[in-house]
Amino acid sequence: MPRRNDIKRILILGSGPIVIGQAAEFDYSGVQACRVLRQEGYEVVLVNSNPATIMTDPELADATYIEPLLPGPVAQVIERERPDALLPTLGGQTALNLAKALRDDGTLDRFGVELIGADYNAITCAEDRELFREAMQKAGLKMPTNVIATSCEQALAALDQIGLPCIVRPAFTLGGRGGGIARTASEFRAIVARGLEASPIGQILIDQSVLGWGEFELEVMRDKADNVVIVCSIENVDPMGVHTGDSVTVAPQQTLTDSLYQQLRDQAITVIRAVGVETGGSNVQFAVNPETEEILVIEMNPRVSRSSALASKATGFPIAKIAARLAVGYLLEEIDNDITGLTPASFEPTIDYVVVKWPRFAFEKFPGSVSSLSTHMKSVGEAMAIGRTFQQAFAKAMRSRELDKPPNLAKAGNEALLESLEVPAPDRYEAILELFRRGVEIEAIRQRSSIDPWFLRELRQLALHPQAPERGVRTFKSVDTCAAEFPARTPYHYSSFELPSGGRGVEHEIVRGQRPSVVILGAGPNRIGQGIEFDYCCVHAAMTVRELEMDAVMINCNPETVSTDYDTSDRLYFEPLTAEDVLGVIEAERDGAELAGVIVQFGGQTPLKLAAALSQAGVPLLGTSVEAIDLAEDRSRFGALLERLGFQAPPYASAANAQEAIASAERVGYPLLVRPSYVLGGRAMEIVYSDEGLEDYLRREVAEQDARNTIYLDRFLEDAVEVDVDALCDGQDVWIGGIMQHVEEAGVHSGDSACVLPPHSLGQEMLEQIRATTRALALEIGVVGLLNVQYAVYHGELYVIEANPRASRTVPFVSKAVGVPLAKLACKVMLGTKIAELSLPREREGLGFGEHVSVKEAVLPFDRFEGADALLGPEMRSTGEVMGIARDFPTAFAKAQAAAGLPLPSSGTAFISVTDSDKAGAFAIAQILHDVGFAIVATRGTAETISRMGIPVTQLNKIGDGSPHVVDWIERGDVAIVVNTPTGSGARSDGWEIRNAAVTRGVPCLTTLAAGISAARAIARANSNACEPEVLCLQELHGVRPPAASEPGGDEHADGHSAHAQPLAAPPAHGLEPAPRE
Amino acid sequence: MSASSGAYVLLEDGTRFDGESCAAETHAVGEVVFTTGMSGYQESVTDPSFAGQLITFTYPHIGNYGISAAAMESERIWARAAIMRDARDGEDAPSAERGWLAWLKDCGIPAITGVDTRALVRHIREAGSMRGGLFPASIDEQQARELIAAEPAMDGRNLVEVVTPKQLSELYGSDAPARSGEGMLISVLDTGVKASIVRNLLERGARVRLHPCTSSAEQLLDGDPDMIMLANGPGDPAALGYVVETVRQLLGVKPVWGICLGHQMLCRALGLETFKLPFGHRGANHPVKDLATGRVEITSQNHGFAVLAPGGAKTIEHDEPVRWETDFGAAVLSHVNLYDRTVEGLTLLDVPGGSVQYHPEAGPGPHDSVHLFDRFLHASAK
Ligand SMILES: Nc1ncnc2c1ncn2[C@@H]1O[C@H](COP(=O)(O)OP(=O)(O)O)[C@@H](O)[C@H]1O
Ligand SMILES: Nc1ncnc2c1ncn2[C@@H]1O[C@H](COP(=O)(O)OP(=O)(O)O)[C@@H](O)[C@H]1O
Ligand SMILES: [Mg+2]
Ligand SMILES: [Mg+2]
Repeated sequence: MPRRNDIKRILILGSGPIVIGQAAEFDYSGVQACRVLRQEGYEVVLVNSNPATIMTDPELADATYIEPLLPGPVAQVIERERPDALLPTLGGQTALNLAKALRDDGTLDRFGVELIGADYNAITCAEDRELFREAMQKAGLKMPTNVIATSCEQALAALDQIGLPCIVRPAFTLGGRGGGIARTASEFRAIVARGLEASPIGQILIDQSVLGWGEFELEVMRDKADNVVIVCSIENVDPMGVHTGDSVTVAPQQTLTDSLYQQLRDQAITVIRAVGVETGGSNVQFAVNPETEEILVIEMNPRVSRSSALASKATGFPIAKIAARLAVGYLLEEIDNDITGLTPASFEPTIDYVVVKWPRFAFEKFPGSVSSLSTHMKSVGEAMAIGRTFQQAFAKAMRSRELDKPPNLAKAGNEALLESLEVPAPDRYEAILELFRRGVEIEAIRQRSSIDPWFLRELRQLALHPQAPERGVRTFKSVDTCAAEFPARTPYHYSSFELPSGGRGVEHEIVRGQRPSVVILGAGPNRIGQGIEFDYCCVHAAMTVRELEMDAVMINCNPETVSTDYDTSDRLYFEPLTAEDVLGVIEAERDGAELAGVIVQFGGQTPLKLAAALSQAGVPLLGTSVEAIDLAEDRSRFGALLERLGFQAPPYASAANAQEAIASAERVGYPLLVRPSYVLGGRAMEIVYSDEGLEDYLRREVAEQDARNTIYLDRFLEDAVEVDVDALCDGQDVWIGGIMQHVEEAGVHSGDSACVLPPHSLGQEMLEQIRATTRALALEIGVVGLLNVQYAVYHGELYVIEANPRASRTVPFVSKAVGVPLAKLACKVMLGTKIAELSLPREREGLGFGEHVSVKEAVLPFDRFEGADALLGPEMRSTGEVMGIARDFPTAFAKAQAAAGLPLPSSGTAFISVTDSDKAGAFAIAQILHDVGFAIVATRGTAETISRMGIPVTQLNKIGDGSPHVVDWIERGDVAIVVNTPTGSGARSDGWEIRNAAVTRGVPCLTTLAAGISAARAIARANSNACEPEVLCLQELHGVRPPAASEPGGDEHADGHSAHAQPLAAPPAHGLEPAPRE
Repeated sequence: MSASSGAYVLLEDGTRFDGESCAAETHAVGEVVFTTGMSGYQESVTDPSFAGQLITFTYPHIGNYGISAAAMESERIWARAAIMRDARDGEDAPSAERGWLAWLKDCGIPAITGVDTRALVRHIREAGSMRGGLFPASIDEQQARELIAAEPAMDGRNLVEVVTPKQLSELYGSDAPARSGEGMLISVLDTGVKASIVRNLLERGARVRLHPCTSSAEQLLDGDPDMIMLANGPGDPAALGYVVETVRQLLGVKPVWGICLGHQMLCRALGLETFKLPFGHRGANHPVKDLATGRVEITSQNHGFAVLAPGGAKTIEHDEPVRWETDFGAAVLSHVNLYDRTVEGLTLLDVPGGSVQYHPEAGPGPHDSVHLFDRFLHASAK
């Protein structure tokens, strides 16, 4: 059954912004699908709101829409593009839910769009816990005893039957959001309420607890002819009770006997058949009782998932690619295994190494939140490592996490550590290793942690003999899907240590020709502050190196990403990003052929931190030198440079310790921004207003800080407008890629604030000054490649906040907004091309004043961290971002809000409560919203200001004034939008309660005046155009495709292709004439 | 586990791999082969088909869950040694009755850990399976070479006499019909039958008689069996002249079904040829296409020889049920290996019977093809 010829155009839905539970893995799978389907001759239409993805690169699809993943916009895309089919299985739960909604509301039928890859009934069966249970029962498989409830009363009634502890799980939510383990009756009530709220269909499942059983996952694929293969088995080292996304996992499974494993395999196959997934990949989760060998089915995901990305990287079997082919009619046996090139995809990979995945957490960013692990996923990223032994892989994965601060357990007593294992926390393995070092026995730890003794034995060895896994000589082996049974074609490598024997030394498997290689250092595990944007840049670097006919060599350890797809580079080394591991690769790369150099600019702070060590080891770095990096990063050197150039910066001081800090504070002047040096994403950065505030900060953050770590104090510029610039420099010329104006004022981390390109309210003169300053800085620092500068415009004057001599978080956004691949250009420049040779029009620094406005909005994970304040500040907290593109700013802003999951309301009640200095501005918001028909409610002070200006307003009680107070209003669902600016510190203030209620209720909550005004304008704008905003195709905006014809599959796409092939050749169709809007 | 003294693997071409001895402190020589299955080590070493062979496990950790009586494929270990990257004893696994390495040691089987098994496998893949040995460091290379040279090559080797039972035995399942003698009677020509094959027959209500490989056709036909089952087993099928002759006498008289070596013997009895594969098929992930249903099944494999396709080619070009003209009429290709396109099974058209090269009984490996037993039994039912 070869390729289907009855479909021509396929719509693919992405997964939207990176959020906990849905991360870069869907970019990886989406990219694979786009590539494969176009290779097969299909036209691909793509919708995804996340600009930081490779999949939204205009070359990847025939038509790309960066639009909110909501039924309205997607229906418009369908109407405009008329695809024949919709493939919803590659964009995570978001795409699956969206496809279901489009089918339910009749859109798919209306436009004759066929769902491929997973049919409607299969999606419904796998996702609806009740239907799934029925299907399992019919197939003769067991699940934990459970009860389904759609109300609190039903849930309480069920408790008698299930008992405590029990597991509460909402239907149709991602990563277990809203669920949890109830150990007590009051916990039970709280979780039930939260779960009913979180489930889009208001349904929860109350499960009998199987805490402590083994947890296993099988990745299954099925084709139309009902051939099924298991791609990979994954064992969770953490037993049941810790979400698989938060568990340390290992592939293949280690502890099951063959006979038990084969039973799991049989059951997984039964599950995929029973649910009726006709083609594609699914993930099936099991609980196994190690004593009785009882097997229970936990759940199945009828789509590509985080685990399938892991399984793909772990085995070399590209699940998404194959799933896409299966969806268009191929059978497994008709698809080649790329890795061997000899054998078909209808087989089960066998591996001769061990893969360990470690989650990366971010609890330190959410003070107040509970840092225990449970059924609800909380990790923000993951690192994977491959080793020949479990210990090798585990040790590598552990160091791949790049923790900012390793947990300090030295002070905790044995009993305290043992007790801490009972409720798993992020540092549980550190605790276990520490206990073993102290001589505690395996059995004692097993009793508390329920971890299988096999793993504990390995961990004990590792604790007592940390060097043992590295006995022998370092060598590189290959991932080949077949344990060396066939020669591998695809160079996907990992390091191992082997014993030299027989006078031959150890065998190396690296095969490289004579082309010089360029090593690109990736960004490691995703974390807040360093996400998919950096992977995007690394992938672009690899593409460029290959275009220039050199070997692109990628080093990275993040299994979610496109960069760790073996197709992305000429050689992929799956290795931790530490100096030692990287130098090991470099040595192998230098063996017998030339190493042109190493790129450290694209992977964020991770590779930048290695620059000095690599350079000292004599490794050539491409682009900006170590000396220049230091000049930009060293506060005092950089300060001196600014002074010399006559640029203003906020007054600052650096201090070696707390006393010095207090002493310098007065000189710098309050308010102050304090932080430790060399951190990304504003870790531990705070604004303090007084000596007491500073002392408090120093007590919390500095006491345990490493003595060598300097503290920086900056004057905090209040109410300043923040501006971000991304520029390219070759040492002689500077080319400005984009100037972005932030919506929130300075003080909200640039990664968390919304921004607009082109700037909507900076005058020409200021823009000119920004350009000139950026140019001078780039040249003076000595940047060769990319530079990001952050400015604050304070009282009409320009201040330099910082300069980062590397690719920034905004590079993909800018590239998509202006239609120029900045990272690729930078890579060329680093390899010696001059800006003058890039045929970029000379006066294009003003790029961005085109026919569209782009807004980037951050997506925040507050709903995952119960107890944390949902407030923006100088410490970055967002996990991802979305982009809204429109013909005007308010519409773009509204699109971005909708894409971020908090669509602005068009009517209802607006609640406004602002701090005194914001009172004047609050009136402006109230005026606009009142004019479009909103009812205004406010707290006393704000209400007084508003009513003084003649706008009707209802005054609400503060919490202390008694019910019904503001939080009651929000919780009742009576408030459609909240504007609340913080009054300064004060934990658990009214503000905290208000913002928290808004987050829990999913009400848009704007915490700065600027954002509030933008939102009000966007609402007004939307209300004046009666219909939904028009969807825009990226290729059309950038002039590589003429506006879509109404006829599907028309000829106009033919020349679109040739333009895609050379994205740089066609200058973007941006208006060159700068004409400020507003 | 106490990995102690040095040991090494030496191949007949002189390639050496160092490691540490981790079971019986003795040496072993034979054919060095590898298996790619990630679990099922106990089933493998007790599979009589591994007689005369040293097994290299490609999965690094072997021994993780210890051993248990339920996983025995015969009454003893037949493999001569285990070659591993990072052996484990696994005695504290919940299902373990004993530790793996302790058991090997008690059985007098040497084993080595710490070997770069991937390098060893890549070598065998390129150079083909060959003789070799596992030696404690106390045996020097010169001595080791002599020991290897004294070991006969696998080509032309009759090993079934080593593994075949001394006497006839009869087994019943727990089913009532089998016990009352109403179920089918199956005569197994036991060239080293795996317990899983027998179990599958018993589970289907049959009575099973295990005959030594030296049994005559009359003895096999005694009791009027419903079918003859040709079992798996070790060595070169071309060296089994008299057994093949026995099979010729059974063909056309009773339905004859074969698995693995049984398949090769059946084919030789039909007049077809077998040949030695460069490094065999051993593992649990080989895709085999059933040409009758079009289904691809993931199979358990363990063989070093294979049957030539019609026309004498080693591989099958298209997924079509090509035919052989045999001494017993036509035979049609029923199964093909999608890895290397070798013959995986055939069905006889003019007399009842057929065979598969792979292991539908699994043990270890996937269960995709267990339904073949139903097919065999159904086709043989009177
Ligand atoms: N009955 C149960 N007893 C104990 N833990 C459970 C139970 N059911 C689920 N879990 C834990 O909760 C996690 C999340 O549950 P799962 O059904 O997989 O939801 P999700 O859709 O979020 O992946 C699982 O990975 C498992 O560790
Ligand atoms: N002097 C200052 N005045 C006002 N806001 C500042 C000042 N310095 C930094 N900020 C704010 O803090 C955020 C983080 O600071 P930045 O120096 O960019 O750190 P990072 O290295 O984490 O990006 C900025 O995006 C900006 O909003
Ligand atoms: Mg799950
Ligand atoms: Mg910054």
